[in-house]
Amino acid sequence: MLQGNVWKFGDNISTDHIAPGRYFHLRSNLKELAKHVLEDAREDFAKKVNSGDIIVGGKNFGLGSSREHAPRIIKVSGVSCVIAKSFARIFYRNSINIGLPVIELKEVDEINEGDILKVDTEKGIINNLTQNKEYKFIPFPKFINKILEIGGIDEYIKKYGNYGV
Amino acid sequence: MGKTIAEKILSEHAKKEVKAGEIIISDIDLAFVQDGTGPLTVDQFNYLNFDDVKSKSLVFIDHASPSPRKELSNTQKKLRQFCKKSSAGLYDIGEGISHQIVAEKYAKPGDVIVGADSHSCTAGALGAFATGMGSTDIALAYGLGKVWLKVPETFKIILKGKLSKGVYAKDIILYFIGKIGADGATYKALEFDGDGIKNLSMESRLTISNMAVEAGAKVGIFPTDEITKEYLKSQGREKDYKEITADPDAKYEKTIEINLSEIEPQVSFPHTVDNTRNIKDAVGVKIDQVYIGTCTNGRIEDLRIVANILKNRKKSDDIRLIIAPASKDVYLQALKEGLINTFIKAGATILPPGCGPCVGVHAGVPADGEKVLSTQNRNFHGRAGNPNSEIYLSSPAVAAASAITGYITDPREVLE
Repeated sequence: MLQGNVWKFGDNISTDHIAPGRYFHLRSNLKELAKHVLEDAREDFAKKVNSGDIIVGGKNFGLGSSREHAPRIIKVSGVSCVIAKSFARIFYRNSINIGLPVIELKEVDEINEGDILKVDTEKGIINNLTQNKEYKFIPFPKFINKILEIGGIDEYIKKYGNYGV
Repeated sequence: MGKTIAEKILSEHAKKEVKAGEIIISDIDLAFVQDGTGPLTVDQFNYLNFDDVKSKSLVFIDHASPSPRKELSNTQKKLRQFCKKSSAGLYDIGEGISHQIVAEKYAKPGDVIVGADSHSCTAGALGAFATGMGSTDIALAYGLGKVWLKVPETFKIILKGKLSKGVYAKDIILYFIGKIGADGATYKALEFDGDGIKNLSMESRLTISNMAVEAGAKVGIFPTDEITKEYLKSQGREKDYKEITADPDAKYEKTIEINLSEIEPQVSFPHTVDNTRNIKDAVGVKIDQVYIGTCTNGRIEDLRIVANILKNRKKSDDIRLIIAPASKDVYLQALKEGLINTFIKAGATILPPGCGPCVGVHAGVPADGEKVLSTQNRNFHGRAGNPNSEIYLSSPAVAAASAITGYITDPREVLE
């Protein structure tokens, strides 16, 4: 069960917004790179984000580069999950691979900045505690849930030795 | 039930009959990384205790090439050491962009190719199932020789007729993305077909497949034909040819027809690729820098178009003109044909083969408030290294014509 404070973002948040190319040289130091997470979408985000907080985006969140550093620094910054109307393919895949839950929800427009959400990834339920509303999403397939539970595809392969699809 | 090209290639690599929607384990023919994504791949490869790569594996140093700072020099050193210790092959600085070299030397019709770079879909032009992934995915592809994949649904894109003078492959794909949107084909395979593809060279097809990801697609594939065969032959790889086509009764999620003769030169306005307009709505926008190159448009065909426009002309004093060939072979050919001479005389700065300023790492970061016109594939906020600048995207012809005037210009006005 995840619970946190909402940070709202709009449509088409790209990997360049999340992990700008001008910090290319910080990619082998994720803690340093995370100080700039989402800097080009919202300058003060990295300074103000707290552990457990939830990012709520619009459509096509994470479009652009294959840089896995983008979801990694979101996770390093303490964000517990990202909820968006839709995700770009590579960002979605990378997030699952590194154990960052990414949830598609069509009603994101109803969620406000600062709302407190409770997310049950297994049952597929989001409770907006601030607005007293409940939303349902399709829970992840077993294979994906197993990867998220264990903390990433690297841990999964370490444990099982191969893809267990 | 018939199969799409994606279903056919993935059935062969999963060693069973697969269809859209299934999650499968696929064998791969080639896996690669570049200097932006590779260091993390090496870390993950080591963390997983793999001893050597299990499939054809390559490392390209093309993004920050040569390195502009010590942190990147250190990560590039790590990649070189990895290649020495393992069976992975290295393409170091000066060799060129991963996608171009994969097209020139490796991609075969029917292959499954995965790269830790979103534009790995470029090789789809050669009839390969080629797609971009993250660093960890490629560490696993290196170590296991396999990847997990969801078999995508396919959109069939039927290209009809012929392009008009001054209109090129880049205009087709910008037009298509403008129409369908940056998320219009998310998770889908694009399969290009129709009589119009017979009029598109391999270089033009590579430009189109390269940008499939900008519509959200997993892959952009062309069926193979005489043009594929000729290209492979020109690269000394005739034996790599095999016929890859969809079954006549294949099932498509959507079919879209595009009449090539109706397309005008296109320009994508900041800050999204799908913010596309006809050239007449872009003409007159004052620019500060023109960049011609990248995995989208740094090939010899592109450089010939540019040289044809720049010949005996000079760039505007108000702009910087930067040109980078996509690979060493492209550079050598451009030298042989005198194109580089033309560029330098026109006032261009030539960069070594590689990604150049496209990703904002080095060599051509714009100043605050400046506008860049580039033949690259992306114009996201901050992409060129400065969030206080703007990027416009176009074909090499629009870029060259605009370099002469200093503002966005219709190339048909300067073409003879």
